[in-house]
Amino acid sequence: MTSESPEERGTPVGRRVFLGTLGLGALGVVAAPVLQRGLEDFLGSAADKDPTGLTGLLPNGGGFRYYSVTSSVPHKNAETYRLTVDGLVDRPAAHTLADLRALPRTRMVRDVQCVTGWRVPETAFEGVRLSVLLDAAGVRARAGAVRFTCFDGAYTESLTLAQARRSDVLVALRMRDEDLGHDHGGPVRLYVAPMYFYKSAKWLSGITVTEKVEPGYWEKRGYDVDAWVGRSNGRDDDPTS
Amino acid sequence: MTLRADAPPGAARVRRFSRAERWVHRTTAWLMGVCVLTAAFLYVPELARLVGRRELVVRVHEWAGLALPVPVLAGLASRAFRADLGHLNRFGPHDRRWLRAVLRRDERAESRPAGKFNAGQKVYAAWIAGATLVMLGTGLLMWFTHLTPITWRTSATFVHDWLALTIGVVLAGHIGMALGDPEARRGMRTGSVSPDWADREHPLWRR
Repeated sequence: MTSESPEERGTPVGRRVFLGTLGLGALGVVAAPVLQRGLEDFLGSAADKDPTGLTGLLPNGGGFRYYSVTSSVPHKNAETYRLTVDGLVDRPAAHTLADLRALPRTRMVRDVQCVTGWRVPETAFEGVRLSVLLDAAGVRARAGAVRFTCFDGAYTESLTLAQARRSDVLVALRMRDEDLGHDHGGPVRLYVAPMYFYKSAKWLSGITVTEKVEPGYWEKRGYDVDAWVGRSNGRDDDPTS
Repeated sequence: MTLRADAPPGAARVRRFSRAERWVHRTTAWLMGVCVLTAAFLYVPELARLVGRRELVVRVHEWAGLALPVPVLAGLASRAFRADLGHLNRFGPHDRRWLRAVLRRDERAESRPAGKFNAGQKVYAAWIAGATLVMLGTGLLMWFTHLTPITWRTSATFVHDWLALTIGVVLAGHIGMALGDPEARRGMRTGSVSPDWADREHPLWRR
């Protein structure tokens, strides 16, 4: 309708705002490690005084994200839950929750690190070392790997036998010093401390000793089977076993 | 130009947006809507519990995000769209007056002069364009986990999450202002506005 308007000869502020936003974004990525640590400290202490729990929803508020690959997950309790151990073992077993709770426990406090980048600092996990269950079942000589199945009906994971026997790999019963709730993979989940969190399968229901590693759910979709978290993000785990 | 039933008698409607521009806005809005909705399903634990199916939701979110700049890039083929980008880019003295009036909470129409777009719309357009590209860049770092070391991905996640929250608030403002101005919405939906509205909201536009 009109060809000439007063702003056509003005200063290109729009372009500056656009480029400035891009620059701030890049600067944010560079400064993120420092900013994030500060925010985690601040929001962590704020969350202690926040009865609404809203701080947990903020990024770096110490909240967990809910990941499930299925549309719904059945609930299991002390009566209905079983953890089977089978495959290349001498004594297959089906542990109840009470059986697992009667075994010696290990407690660890580490950062939870997702492969895409989110992190929950200093999270306590407590449970039975996987090696205890493997030893009880009697692993046969030609075994080389362990496969995990879950009662959500879809998720799977795998470790080599050497990885599975590490002292920082647990069949976890408690998180943050509370019994594992359903949303966090309860009543029992795997906890593989030195690896990205997709290795720590939720709703664990089966341990099968196999000859070779079979890639798990996300690993068939492109993620690494050996998912060590390096020293780069403030963790002290050995990068390899 | 034809008279419309809802226009005041005798007043011809004023052309504001071409078909191509409305298509760019509508497509961008849909893609942004899909990004926001899937983001909520991925991020808010209560909603994630409701929906689950993480792989599907992640794929939809990723592809909607990747497609988000496409309508604007395609719109560059339209002369009207390029001309409006020029209007959005250039700030005159009246835009500074408009911004000052906002900061002083001066609601009088004469303190808020505007051309085809007011200064707020100009700042919003430039910021949301930049923010979208930052989301795209950080999103790609998180999508392709082999590209960079974990520190980069943690940093990308940090920026992606906080900027997502900011975009959510700003977008709610954008939609809220549109809800409060039916004639502005009619302009984006049909392409034309009433002359009264044009003279009141954008007095310098048709001069």
